[in-house]
Amino acid sequence: MIANLAFYLFSFILLISAVMVVTSRNPVHAVLFLIVAFVNAAILFLLAGAEFLAFILAIVYVGAVAVLFLFVVMMLDVDFAAWREGFQRYAPVGSLVALVLFAELAIVMAGWTVAPAASYARMFPMPVNETNTVALGSLIYTSYLPLFQLSGIILLVAMIGAIVLTHRDRKRARTQNLAMQHARKPDDTLVMVPAKLNEGVVLPGKEAL
Amino acid sequence: MSAFFQTNFGIVILTVLESLALIVPLLIGVAYLTYFERRVMGAIQLRRGPNIVGPFGLWQPFADALKMLFKETIIPTGADRLLFIIAPMITFGLAVVAWAVIPVNDHWAIANINVGVLYLFAISSLGVYGIIIAGWASNSKYAFLGALRSAAQMVSYEVSMGFIIVTVLVCVGTLNLNDIVLAQRHLWLAIPLFPLFVIFFISGLAETNRAPFDLAEGESEIVAGFFVEYSAMSFALFFLGEYANMILISGMTTTLFLGGWLSPLPFAPFTLIPGVFWFLFKVLLCLFVFVWVRATLPRLRYDQLMALGWKVFLPISLVYLVAVAGVMEYFGWLPNV
Repeated sequence: MIANLAFYLFSFILLISAVMVVTSRNPVHAVLFLIVAFVNAAILFLLAGAEFLAFILAIVYVGAVAVLFLFVVMMLDVDFAAWREGFQRYAPVGSLVALVLFAELAIVMAGWTVAPAASYARMFPMPVNETNTVALGSLIYTSYLPLFQLSGIILLVAMIGAIVLTHRDRKRARTQNLAMQHARKPDDTLVMVPAKLNEGVVLPGKEAL
Repeated sequence: MSAFFQTNFGIVILTVLESLALIVPLLIGVAYLTYFERRVMGAIQLRRGPNIVGPFGLWQPFADALKMLFKETIIPTGADRLLFIIAPMITFGLAVVAWAVIPVNDHWAIANINVGVLYLFAISSLGVYGIIIAGWASNSKYAFLGALRSAAQMVSYEVSMGFIIVTVLVCVGTLNLNDIVLAQRHLWLAIPLFPLFVIFFISGLAETNRAPFDLAEGESEIVAGFFVEYSAMSFALFFLGEYANMILISGMTTTLFLGGWLSPLPFAPFTLIPGVFWFLFKVLLCLFVFVWVRATLPRLRYDQLMALGWKVFLPISLVYLVAVAGVMEYFGWLPNV
Protein backbone atom coordinates (compact mmCIF):
# COMPACT_ATOMS: atom_id res chain seq x y z
CA MET A 1 0.00 0.00 0.00
CA ILE A 2 2.70 2.43 1.03
CA ALA A 3 4.78 1.46 -2.01
CA ASN A 4 1.82 2.15 -4.31
CA LEU A 5 1.17 5.47 -2.63
CA ALA A 6 4.84 6.42 -2.99
CA PHE A 7 4.81 5.39 -6.65
CA TYR A 8 1.82 7.61 -7.45
CA LEU A 9 3.20 10.51 -5.42
CA PHE A 10 6.59 10.49 -7.12
CA SER A 11 5.23 9.89 -10.61
CA PHE A 12 2.81 12.77 -10.07
CA ILE A 13 5.72 15.07 -9.09
CA LEU A 14 7.73 13.72 -12.03
CA LEU A 15 4.98 14.52 -14.54
CA ILE A 16 4.26 17.95 -13.06
CA SER A 17 7.92 18.93 -13.14
CA ALA A 18 8.30 17.57 -16.68
CA VAL A 19 5.44 19.83 -17.76
CA MET A 20 7.03 22.74 -15.92
CA VAL A 21 10.31 22.18 -17.80
CA VAL A 22 8.53 22.95 -21.05
CA THR A 23 6.24 25.71 -19.85
CA SER A 24 8.27 27.77 -17.39
CA ARG A 25 9.30 31.17 -18.75
CA ASN A 26 12.64 31.37 -16.99
CA PRO A 27 15.19 28.95 -18.52
CA VAL A 28 17.00 28.50 -15.20
CA HIS A 29 13.74 27.45 -13.57
CA ALA A 30 13.21 25.05 -16.46
CA VAL A 31 16.57 23.37 -15.79
CA LEU A 32 15.82 23.18 -12.07
CA PHE A 33 12.50 21.47 -12.83
CA LEU A 34 14.41 19.10 -15.10
CA ILE A 35 16.60 18.23 -12.10
CA VAL A 36 13.53 17.60 -9.97
CA ALA A 37 12.26 15.31 -12.74
CA PHE A 38 15.57 13.41 -12.80
CA VAL A 39 15.56 12.96 -9.03
CA ASN A 40 11.99 11.64 -9.11
CA ALA A 41 12.84 9.26 -11.94
CA ALA A 42 15.70 7.97 -9.80
CA ILE A 43 13.27 7.47 -6.91
CA LEU A 44 10.93 5.50 -9.21
CA PHE A 45 13.86 3.24 -10.12
CA LEU A 46 14.49 2.82 -6.41
CA LEU A 47 10.85 1.83 -5.83
CA ALA A 48 11.15 -0.72 -8.64
CA GLY A 49 14.11 -2.28 -6.81
CA ALA A 50 16.76 -1.09 -9.28
CA GLU A 51 18.96 0.65 -6.71
CA PHE A 52 22.10 0.66 -8.85
CA LEU A 53 20.38 2.32 -11.80
CA ALA A 54 18.70 4.80 -9.46
CA PHE A 55 21.94 6.09 -8.00
CA ILE A 56 23.79 6.01 -11.32
CA LEU A 57 20.97 8.14 -12.74
CA ALA A 58 21.37 10.55 -9.85
CA ILE A 59 25.17 10.69 -10.19
CA VAL A 60 25.38 11.00 -13.96
CA TYR A 61 22.33 13.06 -14.86
CA VAL A 62 21.77 15.15 -11.76
CA GLY A 63 25.35 15.37 -10.58
CA ALA A 64 27.08 16.03 -13.89
CA VAL A 65 24.87 16.57 -16.94
CA ALA A 66 22.36 18.89 -15.31
CA VAL A 67 25.14 20.90 -13.63
CA LEU A 68 26.57 21.64 -17.06
CA PHE A 69 23.10 22.52 -18.40
CA LEU A 70 22.58 24.89 -15.51
CA PHE A 71 26.05 26.30 -15.98
CA VAL A 72 25.41 27.10 -19.65
CA VAL A 73 21.87 28.36 -19.21
CA MET A 74 22.87 30.71 -16.38
CA MET A 75 25.62 32.25 -18.47
CA LEU A 76 23.42 32.77 -21.53
CA ASP A 77 22.17 36.30 -21.47
CA VAL A 78 19.37 35.69 -23.93
CA ASP A 79 16.04 37.44 -23.87
CA PHE A 80 13.87 34.38 -24.14
CA ALA A 81 10.72 36.46 -24.51
CA ALA A 82 12.11 37.74 -27.82
CA TRP A 83 12.56 34.18 -29.00
CA ARG A 84 8.89 33.49 -28.54
CA GLU A 85 7.87 36.26 -30.90
CA GLY A 86 8.47 34.09 -33.96
CA PHE A 87 6.10 31.44 -32.59
CA GLN A 88 3.33 31.97 -35.15
CA ARG A 89 5.77 32.12 -38.04
CA TYR A 90 7.41 28.81 -37.15
CA ALA A 91 4.26 27.08 -35.93
CA PRO A 92 3.44 25.34 -39.29
CA VAL A 93 6.98 23.93 -39.65
CA GLY A 94 7.03 22.86 -36.02
CA SER A 95 3.71 21.10 -36.21
CA LEU A 96 4.83 19.35 -39.41
CA VAL A 97 7.92 17.99 -37.62
CA ALA A 98 5.75 16.94 -34.68
CA LEU A 99 3.33 15.19 -37.04
CA VAL A 100 6.13 13.26 -38.77
CA LEU A 101 7.58 12.16 -35.43
CA PHE A 102 4.15 11.15 -34.17
CA ALA A 103 3.47 9.15 -37.35
CA GLU A 104 6.80 7.35 -37.00
CA LEU A 105 6.05 6.51 -33.37
CA ALA A 106 2.61 5.27 -34.33
CA ILE A 107 4.06 2.99 -37.04
CA VAL A 108 6.60 1.57 -34.61
CA MET A 109 4.02 1.06 -31.87
CA ALA A 110 1.55 -0.61 -34.27
CA GLY A 111 3.99 -3.33 -35.18
CA TRP A 112 5.10 -3.84 -31.56
CA THR A 113 4.92 -7.31 -30.07
CA VAL A 114 6.25 -8.26 -26.70
CA ALA A 115 8.94 -10.93 -26.97
CA PRO A 116 7.66 -14.22 -25.56
CA ALA A 117 10.76 -14.58 -23.37
CA ALA A 118 10.15 -11.16 -21.84
CA SER A 119 6.80 -12.05 -20.30
CA TYR A 120 8.41 -15.14 -18.79
CA ALA A 121 11.30 -13.05 -17.41
CA ARG A 122 8.84 -10.59 -15.92
CA MET A 123 7.77 -13.20 -13.44
CA PHE A 124 11.28 -12.98 -11.94
CA PRO A 125 11.89 -9.24 -11.93
CA MET A 126 14.81 -9.46 -9.55
CA PRO A 127 17.54 -12.08 -9.24
CA VAL A 128 16.90 -13.91 -6.01
CA ASN A 129 20.24 -14.38 -4.33
CA GLU A 130 22.34 -11.52 -5.63
CA THR A 131 22.15 -7.73 -5.47
CA ASN A 132 21.23 -6.07 -8.71
CA THR A 133 24.64 -4.40 -8.94
CA VAL A 134 26.22 -7.85 -9.21
CA ALA A 135 23.53 -9.06 -11.59
CA LEU A 136 23.90 -6.07 -13.88
CA GLY A 137 27.70 -6.30 -13.78
CA SER A 138 27.82 -9.96 -14.71
CA LEU A 139 25.27 -9.41 -17.46
CA ILE A 140 27.11 -6.44 -19.00
CA TYR A 141 30.61 -7.81 -18.67
CA THR A 142 29.93 -11.36 -19.84
CA SER A 143 26.91 -11.55 -22.17
CA TYR A 144 27.01 -8.07 -23.63
CA LEU A 145 30.70 -7.19 -23.41
CA PRO A 146 31.21 -6.27 -27.10
CA LEU A 147 28.12 -4.03 -27.13
CA PHE A 148 29.21 -2.39 -23.87
CA GLN A 149 32.69 -1.70 -25.21
CA LEU A 150 31.22 -0.44 -28.46
CA SER A 151 29.02 2.07 -26.65
CA GLY A 152 32.08 3.19 -24.70
CA ILE A 153 33.98 3.78 -27.94
CA ILE A 154 31.05 5.72 -29.41
CA LEU A 155 31.07 7.96 -26.34
CA LEU A 156 34.83 8.42 -26.70
CA VAL A 157 34.40 9.45 -30.33
CA ALA A 158 31.71 11.93 -29.33
CA MET A 159 33.98 13.33 -26.63
CA ILE A 160 36.90 13.74 -29.02
CA GLY A 161 34.54 15.36 -31.53
CA ALA A 162 33.37 17.88 -28.94
CA ILE A 163 36.95 18.69 -27.97
CA VAL A 164 38.03 19.13 -31.60
CA LEU A 165 35.05 21.34 -32.40
CA THR A 166 35.59 23.68 -29.47
CA HIS A 167 39.37 23.71 -29.52
CA ARG A 168 40.83 27.12 -30.25
CA ASP A 169 44.38 28.10 -30.92
CA ARG A 170 45.54 29.67 -27.70
CA LYS A 171 48.94 30.85 -28.87
CA ARG A 172 47.98 34.48 -28.39
CA ALA A 173 46.59 33.99 -24.92
CA ARG A 174 48.92 34.61 -22.03
CA THR A 175 49.14 31.26 -20.34
CA GLN A 176 51.22 30.47 -17.31
CA ASN A 177 53.48 27.44 -17.27
CA LEU A 178 52.94 25.84 -13.88
CA ALA A 179 55.96 23.53 -14.11
CA MET A 180 58.23 26.50 -14.83
CA GLN A 181 56.72 28.49 -12.00
CA HIS A 182 57.16 25.64 -9.56
CA ALA A 183 60.75 25.02 -10.68
CA ARG A 184 61.76 28.62 -9.86
CA LYS A 185 64.19 28.88 -6.96
CA PRO A 186 65.04 31.98 -4.94
CA ASP A 187 68.58 31.84 -6.38
CA ASP A 188 67.24 32.34 -9.93
CA THR A 189 65.68 35.66 -9.15
CA LEU A 190 67.22 37.02 -6.00
CA VAL A 191 70.70 38.41 -5.47
CA MET A 192 71.84 39.71 -2.12
CA VAL A 193 74.07 42.72 -2.59
CA PRO A 194 75.77 44.31 0.40
CA ALA A 195 75.14 48.04 0.10
CA LYS A 196 77.80 50.37 1.44
CA LEU A 197 76.79 53.61 3.06
CA ASN A 198 76.65 56.63 0.67
CA GLU A 199 77.87 54.59 -2.32
CA GLY A 200 74.75 52.89 -3.58
CA VAL A 201 74.62 49.56 -5.33
CA VAL A 202 75.70 48.45 -8.80
CA LEU A 203 73.60 45.50 -9.81
CA PRO A 204 75.48 42.52 -11.27
CA GLY A 205 74.84 42.41 -15.02
CA LYS A 206 73.91 46.12 -15.10
CA GLU A 207 77.40 47.60 -14.72
CA ALA A 208 77.36 49.18 -18.21
CA LEU A 209 74.45 51.45 -17.36
CA MET B 1 7.52 -3.11 22.72
CA SER B 2 9.67 -4.78 20.11
CA ALA B 3 6.49 -6.03 18.40
CA PHE B 4 5.37 -2.42 18.10
CA PHE B 5 8.56 -1.50 16.24
CA GLN B 6 7.84 -4.24 13.68
CA THR B 7 4.65 -2.54 12.48
CA ASN B 8 4.66 0.08 9.73
CA PHE B 9 3.97 2.91 12.13
CA GLY B 10 6.56 1.58 14.56
CA ILE B 11 9.23 1.52 11.86
CA VAL B 12 8.52 5.17 11.04
CA ILE B 13 8.80 6.15 14.72
CA LEU B 14 11.97 4.11 15.09
CA THR B 15 13.57 5.72 12.02
CA VAL B 16 12.69 9.19 13.28
CA LEU B 17 14.25 8.40 16.66
CA GLU B 18 17.36 6.96 15.01
CA SER B 19 17.66 10.04 12.81
CA LEU B 20 17.37 12.30 15.83
CA ALA B 21 20.01 10.25 17.64
CA LEU B 22 22.31 10.94 14.69
CA ILE B 23 21.39 14.53 13.80
CA VAL B 24 21.51 16.03 17.29
CA PRO B 25 25.09 14.87 18.00
CA LEU B 26 26.00 15.88 14.45
CA LEU B 27 24.74 19.44 14.99
CA ILE B 28 26.51 19.70 18.33
CA GLY B 29 29.57 18.32 16.59
CA VAL B 30 29.28 20.98 13.90
CA ALA B 31 28.96 23.69 16.55
CA TYR B 32 32.05 22.47 18.37
CA LEU B 33 33.93 21.95 15.12
CA THR B 34 33.82 25.74 14.63
CA TYR B 35 35.22 26.14 18.14
CA PHE B 36 37.81 23.41 17.51
CA GLU B 37 38.87 25.07 14.27
CA ARG B 38 39.29 28.50 15.86
CA ARG B 39 41.23 27.14 18.83
CA VAL B 40 43.52 24.97 16.68
CA MET B 41 44.15 27.77 14.21
CA GLY B 42 44.80 30.07 17.13
CA ALA B 43 47.38 27.66 18.50
CA ILE B 44 49.02 27.28 15.08
CA GLN B 45 49.17 31.05 14.60
CA LEU B 46 50.34 31.70 18.18
CA ARG B 47 47.06 33.33 19.23
CA ARG B 48 44.57 32.31 21.89
CA GLY B 49 41.38 31.91 19.88
CA PRO B 50 37.95 32.27 21.56
CA ASN B 51 38.47 31.95 25.33
CA ILE B 52 36.08 34.45 26.92
CA VAL B 53 32.56 32.99 26.70
CA GLY B 54 32.32 30.29 29.35
CA PRO B 55 35.18 28.12 30.64
CA PHE B 56 37.88 27.94 27.92
CA GLY B 57 35.41 29.73 25.62
CA LEU B 58 33.34 26.54 25.38
CA TRP B 59 30.04 28.41 25.03
CA GLN B 60 31.27 30.44 22.08
CA PRO B 61 29.42 28.31 19.43
CA PHE B 62 26.10 28.90 21.21
CA ALA B 63 26.78 32.61 21.52
CA ASP B 64 27.46 32.70 17.77
CA ALA B 65 24.30 30.73 17.01
CA LEU B 66 22.19 33.11 19.14
CA LYS B 67 23.74 36.10 17.40
CA MET B 68 22.86 34.62 14.00
CA LEU B 69 19.29 33.92 15.10
CA PHE B 70 18.63 37.51 16.11
CA LYS B 71 19.98 39.12 12.93
CA GLU B 72 17.71 40.32 10.17
CA THR B 73 17.33 38.16 7.07
CA ILE B 74 17.94 40.43 4.11
CA ILE B 75 16.71 39.46 0.65
CA PRO B 76 18.34 41.62 -2.02
CA THR B 77 16.23 43.39 -4.65
CA GLY B 78 16.04 41.49 -7.91
CA ALA B 79 16.78 38.22 -6.15
CA ASP B 80 14.76 35.16 -6.98
CA ARG B 81 13.11 35.01 -3.56
CA LEU B 82 12.10 31.36 -3.50
CA LEU B 83 15.40 30.00 -4.80
CA PHE B 84 17.32 32.43 -2.59
CA ILE B 85 15.68 30.95 0.50
CA ILE B 86 15.77 27.33 -0.70
CA ALA B 87 19.51 27.28 -1.60
CA PRO B 88 20.94 27.19 1.95
CA MET B 89 18.31 24.60 2.91
CA ILE B 90 19.48 22.37 0.04
CA THR B 91 23.12 22.68 1.13
CA PHE B 92 22.40 21.92 4.76
CA GLY B 93 19.79 19.24 4.04
CA LEU B 94 22.10 17.29 1.74
CA ALA B 95 24.96 17.49 4.23
CA VAL B 96 22.75 15.90 6.88
CA VAL B 97 20.94 13.38 4.64
CA ALA B 98 24.21 11.78 3.54
CA TRP B 99 24.83 10.57 7.10
CA ALA B 100 21.99 8.03 6.79
CA VAL B 101 24.31 5.38 5.38
CA ILE B 102 27.58 5.92 7.26
CA PRO B 103 28.16 3.04 9.70
CA VAL B 104 29.32 4.49 13.02
CA ASN B 105 29.76 1.00 14.44
CA ASP B 106 29.05 -2.52 13.19
CA HIS B 107 25.54 -2.24 11.67
CA TRP B 108 25.02 1.14 13.31
CA ALA B 109 23.73 2.95 10.27
CA ILE B 110 20.19 4.24 9.82
CA ALA B 111 20.03 2.55 6.42
CA ASN B 112 22.44 -0.28 5.70
CA ILE B 113 21.84 -0.27 1.96
CA ASN B 114 23.55 -2.33 -0.74
CA VAL B 115 24.76 0.66 -2.72
CA GLY B 116 25.90 2.88 0.16
CA VAL B 117 28.96 4.16 -1.67
CA LEU B 118 26.88 5.22 -4.67
CA TYR B 119 24.42 6.95 -2.34
CA LEU B 120 27.22 8.94 -0.71
CA PHE B 121 28.73 9.82 -4.06
CA ALA B 122 25.34 10.89 -5.45
CA ILE B 123 24.56 13.07 -2.44
CA SER B 124 27.98 14.71 -2.48
CA SER B 125 27.60 15.44 -6.20
CA LEU B 126 24.24 17.07 -5.50
CA GLY B 127 25.89 19.43 -3.02
CA VAL B 128 26.92 21.74 -5.85
CA TYR B 129 23.30 22.78 -6.46
CA GLY B 130 22.93 24.68 -3.21
CA ILE B 131 25.93 26.77 -4.19
CA ILE B 132 24.97 27.36 -7.83
CA ILE B 133 21.40 28.25 -6.95
CA ALA B 134 22.57 30.60 -4.21
CA GLY B 135 24.95 32.33 -6.59
CA TRP B 136 22.38 32.74 -9.32
CA ALA B 137 19.42 33.68 -7.12
CA SER B 138 21.31 36.45 -5.28
CA ASN B 139 21.39 38.59 -8.44
CA SER B 140 24.94 39.70 -7.64
CA LYS B 141 28.07 39.52 -9.76
CA TYR B 142 30.35 38.35 -6.97
CA ALA B 143 27.94 35.65 -5.87
CA PHE B 144 27.56 34.47 -9.46
CA LEU B 145 31.33 34.33 -10.00
CA GLY B 146 31.73 32.32 -6.82
CA ALA B 147 28.99 29.93 -7.90
CA LEU B 148 30.56 29.37 -11.33
CA ARG B 149 33.95 28.74 -9.79
CA SER B 150 32.65 26.27 -7.29
CA ALA B 151 30.54 24.43 -9.87
CA ALA B 152 33.53 23.92 -12.16
CA GLN B 153 35.71 22.95 -9.21
CA MET B 154 33.35 20.40 -7.71
CA VAL B 155 32.59 18.74 -11.05
CA SER B 156 36.33 18.47 -11.81
CA TYR B 157 37.34 16.90 -8.53
CA GLU B 158 34.39 14.52 -8.50
CA VAL B 159 35.85 12.70 -11.51
CA SER B 160 39.05 11.66 -9.77
CA MET B 161 37.11 10.95 -6.57
CA GLY B 162 34.90 8.60 -8.57
CA PHE B 163 37.89 6.69 -9.91
CA ILE B 164 39.35 6.38 -6.41
CA ILE B 165 36.06 5.00 -5.11
CA VAL B 166 36.01 2.50 -8.00
CA THR B 167 39.55 1.38 -7.04
CA VAL B 168 38.36 0.82 -3.47
CA LEU B 169 35.42 -1.18 -4.80
CA VAL B 170 37.78 -3.34 -6.85
CA CYS B 171 39.69 -4.11 -3.64
CA VAL B 172 36.69 -4.90 -1.40
CA GLY B 173 34.17 -6.24 -3.91
CA THR B 174 31.07 -4.65 -2.38
CA LEU B 175 29.17 -1.37 -2.45
CA ASN B 176 27.85 -1.79 1.08
CA LEU B 177 29.67 0.53 3.49
CA ASN B 178 29.35 -1.91 6.38
CA ASP B 179 30.99 -4.67 4.33
CA ILE B 180 33.66 -2.24 3.08
CA VAL B 181 34.73 -1.60 6.66
CA LEU B 182 34.63 -5.31 7.52
CA ALA B 183 36.79 -6.06 4.47
CA GLN B 184 39.52 -3.93 6.09
CA ARG B 185 39.78 -6.14 9.20
CA HIS B 186 43.26 -7.31 8.33
CA LEU B 187 44.63 -4.32 6.45
CA TRP B 188 43.29 -0.79 6.21
CA LEU B 189 43.02 0.29 2.61
CA ALA B 190 44.99 3.44 3.39
CA ILE B 191 48.15 1.30 3.49
CA PRO B 192 48.12 -0.43 0.07
CA LEU B 193 46.34 2.51 -1.59
CA PHE B 194 48.25 5.28 0.19
CA PRO B 195 48.60 7.64 -2.83
CA LEU B 196 44.87 7.32 -3.52
CA PHE B 197 44.10 7.98 0.14
CA VAL B 198 46.02 11.24 -0.06
CA ILE B 199 44.39 12.22 -3.36
CA PHE B 200 40.95 11.35 -1.98
CA PHE B 201 41.50 13.57 1.03
CA ILE B 202 42.75 16.48 -1.09
CA SER B 203 39.79 16.05 -3.46
CA GLY B 204 37.64 16.12 -0.34
CA LEU B 205 39.13 19.50 0.54
CA ALA B 206 38.19 20.71 -2.94
CA GLU B 207 34.75 19.12 -2.75
CA THR B 208 33.93 20.96 0.47
CA ASN B 209 35.37 24.27 -0.82
CA ARG B 210 37.86 24.40 2.02
CA ALA B 211 41.26 26.07 2.02
CA PRO B 212 43.44 25.89 -0.05
CA PHE B 213 40.62 25.33 -2.57
CA ASP B 214 38.19 27.92 -1.20
CA LEU B 215 38.11 29.97 -4.40
CA ALA B 216 34.32 29.91 -4.28
CA GLU B 217 34.58 32.26 -1.30
CA GLY B 218 37.82 33.97 -2.27
CA GLU B 219 37.30 36.93 0.05
CA SER B 220 40.32 38.75 -1.37
CA GLU B 221 38.88 38.84 -4.90
CA ILE B 222 35.13 38.22 -4.88
CA VAL B 223 34.22 39.38 -1.35
CA ALA B 224 32.71 36.15 0.00
CA GLY B 225 31.69 34.41 -3.20
CA PHE B 226 28.36 32.66 -3.42
CA PHE B 227 27.07 33.72 -0.01
CA VAL B 228 27.86 37.45 -0.15
CA GLU B 229 24.19 38.39 -0.04
CA TYR B 230 23.22 36.00 2.74
CA SER B 231 22.67 37.05 6.32
CA ALA B 232 21.29 35.72 9.59
CA MET B 233 19.90 32.16 9.59
CA SER B 234 20.29 31.57 5.85
CA PHE B 235 23.99 32.38 6.21
CA ALA B 236 24.15 30.16 9.29
CA LEU B 237 22.70 27.27 7.28
CA PHE B 238 25.47 27.62 4.68
CA PHE B 239 27.99 27.74 7.48
CA LEU B 240 26.56 24.66 9.19
CA GLY B 241 26.33 22.89 5.82
CA GLU B 242 30.02 23.53 5.09
CA TYR B 243 31.12 22.14 8.44
CA ALA B 244 28.72 19.20 8.25
CA ASN B 245 30.23 18.45 4.84
CA MET B 246 33.70 18.52 6.36
CA ILE B 247 32.64 15.95 8.94
CA LEU B 248 30.99 13.93 6.18
CA ILE B 249 34.12 13.85 4.02
CA SER B 250 36.13 12.85 7.09
CA GLY B 251 33.58 10.11 7.76
CA MET B 252 33.85 8.92 4.14
CA THR B 253 37.65 8.89 4.33
CA THR B 254 37.47 6.97 7.59
CA THR B 255 35.01 4.43 6.21
CA LEU B 256 36.72 3.87 2.88
CA PHE B 257 40.38 4.00 3.89
CA LEU B 258 40.89 4.05 7.67
CA GLY B 259 38.86 1.00 8.62
CA GLY B 260 35.77 2.76 10.00
CA TRP B 261 35.03 1.66 13.56
CA LEU B 262 37.77 -1.00 13.64
CA SER B 263 40.51 -0.59 16.21
CA PRO B 264 43.97 0.08 14.78
CA LEU B 265 45.52 -2.96 16.52
CA PRO B 266 43.39 -6.12 16.68
CA PHE B 267 44.17 -7.21 20.28
CA ALA B 268 42.99 -6.75 23.84
CA PRO B 269 43.42 -3.21 25.17
CA PHE B 270 42.43 -1.68 21.84
CA THR B 271 39.48 -3.91 20.98
CA LEU B 272 37.90 -3.26 24.39
CA ILE B 273 37.22 0.35 23.42
CA PRO B 274 33.83 0.56 21.64
CA GLY B 275 33.94 1.04 17.88
CA VAL B 276 32.08 4.35 18.05
CA PHE B 277 35.02 5.92 19.84
CA TRP B 278 37.49 4.65 17.25
CA PHE B 279 35.25 6.04 14.51
CA LEU B 280 34.99 9.42 16.22
CA PHE B 281 38.72 9.46 16.90
CA LYS B 282 39.57 8.85 13.25
CA VAL B 283 37.06 11.45 12.10
CA LEU B 284 38.56 13.95 14.53
CA LEU B 285 42.02 13.18 13.19
CA CYS B 286 40.83 13.92 9.63
CA LEU B 287 39.16 17.12 10.83
CA PHE B 288 42.37 18.20 12.50
CA VAL B 289 44.15 17.80 9.15
CA PHE B 290 41.40 19.92 7.52
CA VAL B 291 42.13 22.72 10.00
CA TRP B 292 45.88 22.22 9.84
CA VAL B 293 45.84 22.55 6.04
CA ARG B 294 43.72 25.69 6.26
CA ALA B 295 46.10 27.34 8.71
CA THR B 296 49.19 26.36 6.72
CA LEU B 297 48.64 26.64 2.97
CA PRO B 298 47.89 29.71 0.84
CA ARG B 299 44.96 29.63 -1.58
CA LEU B 300 45.62 28.18 -5.04
CA ARG B 301 45.26 30.26 -8.18
CA TYR B 302 42.31 29.18 -10.30
CA ASP B 303 44.33 27.71 -13.17
CA GLN B 304 46.51 25.82 -10.68
CA LEU B 305 43.37 24.37 -9.15
CA MET B 306 42.05 23.14 -12.51
CA ALA B 307 45.47 21.87 -13.60
CA LEU B 308 45.81 19.91 -10.35
CA GLY B 309 42.41 18.30 -10.78
CA TRP B 310 42.55 17.41 -14.47
CA LYS B 311 46.25 17.00 -15.21
CA VAL B 312 47.54 15.44 -11.98
CA PHE B 313 44.81 13.75 -9.95
CA LEU B 314 42.73 12.37 -12.83
CA PRO B 315 45.63 10.61 -14.65
CA ILE B 316 47.10 9.27 -11.40
CA SER B 317 43.81 7.84 -10.16
CA LEU B 318 42.98 6.39 -13.59
CA VAL B 319 46.35 4.68 -13.97
CA TYR B 320 46.21 3.46 -10.37
CA LEU B 321 42.77 1.94 -10.98
CA VAL B 322 44.00 0.03 -14.04
CA ALA B 323 47.19 -1.04 -12.21
CA VAL B 324 45.34 -2.22 -9.10
CA ALA B 325 42.78 -4.14 -11.16
CA GLY B 326 45.59 -5.71 -13.24
CA VAL B 327 47.66 -6.73 -10.23
CA MET B 328 44.67 -8.18 -8.39
CA GLU B 329 43.58 -10.12 -11.46
CA TYR B 330 47.12 -11.44 -12.09
CA PHE B 331 47.60 -12.71 -8.53
CA GLY B 332 44.00 -13.85 -8.17
CA TRP B 333 43.33 -11.50 -5.24
CA LEU B 334 40.03 -10.23 -6.60
CA PRO B 335 37.28 -10.63 -3.98
CA ASN B 336 34.43 -13.00 -4.69
CA VAL B 337 31.07 -11.33 -5.14
